[in-house]
Amino acid sequence: MAKKQPAQICIVTVTGVDKVGIIARLANAMAKSNINIVDVNQKIMEEYFVMTMAIDTAASTIGMEKLKKQLDKIAVEMSLKITVQDETLFKAMHRI
Amino acid sequence: MPISVEEVFETVKMTLDHHFDIRTVTLGINLKDCMDRNTTKLCQRIKKRIVEKGKLLNKFADATENKYGIPITNRRIAVTPVSLLLEPLARQKQAAVQIAKVLDSAAKGANIDFVGGFGAMVQKGMTIAEENLIDAIPQALSKTERVCGFLNLASTAAGMNVNAVVKFAQRLKELARLTKNGIGCAKIAVFANVPEDNPFMAGAHHGIGEPDFALNIGISGPGVVRNVVQQNPDCDLTQLSEIIKRTVFKITRAGELIGREMAKLMNVEFGIVDISLASTTSAGDSVAEIIEAMGVKSMGLPGSTAALALLMDAVKKGGAMASGNIGGLSGTFIPVSEDAGMIRAVRAGTLSLEKLEALTAVCSVGLDMFAVPGSTPADVLSAIIADELSIGIINNKTTSVRVIPVPGKKIGDMVHFGGLLGSAPVMKVPKVASSKFIGRKGRIPSPIQALRN
Repeated sequence: MAKKQPAQICIVTVTGVDKVGIIARLANAMAKSNINIVDVNQKIMEEYFVMTMAIDTAASTIGMEKLKKQLDKIAVEMSLKITVQDETLFKAMHRI
Repeated sequence: MPISVEEVFETVKMTLDHHFDIRTVTLGINLKDCMDRNTTKLCQRIKKRIVEKGKLLNKFADATENKYGIPITNRRIAVTPVSLLLEPLARQKQAAVQIAKVLDSAAKGANIDFVGGFGAMVQKGMTIAEENLIDAIPQALSKTERVCGFLNLASTAAGMNVNAVVKFAQRLKELARLTKNGIGCAKIAVFANVPEDNPFMAGAHHGIGEPDFALNIGISGPGVVRNVVQQNPDCDLTQLSEIIKRTVFKITRAGELIGREMAKLMNVEFGIVDISLASTTSAGDSVAEIIEAMGVKSMGLPGSTAALALLMDAVKKGGAMASGNIGGLSGTFIPVSEDAGMIRAVRAGTLSLEKLEALTAVCSVGLDMFAVPGSTPADVLSAIIADELSIGIINNKTTSVRVIPVPGKKIGDMVHFGGLLGSAPVMKVPKVASSKFIGRKGRIPSPIQALRN
């Protein structure tokens, strides 16, 4: 049996105004690059709509730079702010 | 416990809205093994090493930036103090200028904006090579773009080399005359107790106690700290300290993570995280504005020193909890020209040079990026430097001076340096100070604080 690759979790954060199709657009982009969506959460915080999506990029067919470019394109088209960051950053900052 | 949406949002907001960045990743490079009696051979080795490592530094900084989504604003190189490399060469200042030029072209070749280390440790005395280096400063820094210099003129252990202070002040005036608006002077800082692993320019160098390579990182987040202070307008000062501490903990952890990862990618030793709050000219990225958000009406008014001391202490406590590798300067920079709140305070008349000096007693790092009239005599500059370095000697801390005597400008004029260096109002300094005292020369002995064994 092939050995399963260890997960490489990144967090995609979307902030802006909530609208139809955000998750659909993101999910579509992830599927095309063989990126698995692990978890999705959303909340209204301060005046922002905030959605976080945990993705596993271990088997991704594209690198971080390219993924960023694709997300930037979606961000511009849907008037959102989208960031993607490795999960270890959040663990380092928020867990002792 | 999984990371919550709130926690993710807090981090994302730091970079999107409050200018949180990794201010610099600085690769320290040992050049001692490049030494030779032949200048051409020495220069060839220096160039090869810096270009090779500098390119890697940029490549891996880009990759790390992409991975964590935190901008790595500056990528820099610090080298062994150049005075050491001069020792075996012909004893002429031209050799120092030649090394400065090769550092400059190597930095250019690697697309690195600043390379630090054109300097010497002369706190107790100067060798001939070190005297030559100081004499070469005007030419070396006016004929290069990317080279930064430093001199350690004093230390708690050795006292202050006033001979070197006097020599430097004379050369500084010459350097000011050779560059537009005296801008060359922004590329050199003089110190008491200079750290060997400081990642910030202009004073960065790769100290003699360092390994072949060391990756040092400077984090920065005045905007982040100011935001949490603003969010808590009514809490008492103990609570305020706690809040700052917690925030600095988080940004230091991010810095440590990124530093370690970069070092691993480059296959070099990870050095230190410098937790200094470093302002930029961008709106909201000001240390003076943190002090004002704490409740001081304008930077420089009574209360500023206490507020800065509280801020500084909270920053250190948060940073020390977050990383076992805190080093470099790890204080709070209060440069005049690079901080919008500081500029405003000088122009409003609430911040004078004397108060600035007092502020440096409780923070790092010193009198930084301030402009004085170009006609200020060299002995007055020497006296300003001697005063500031004394604070470092007696308090066992780093202090530094980076002063720009701007040719043709008078008190109250504004000087625009451009880019990262910002603009500075020309500050009031006396025309006559302590020429007799400075003119005595010699060395101020090490203080009683040095006798600790």
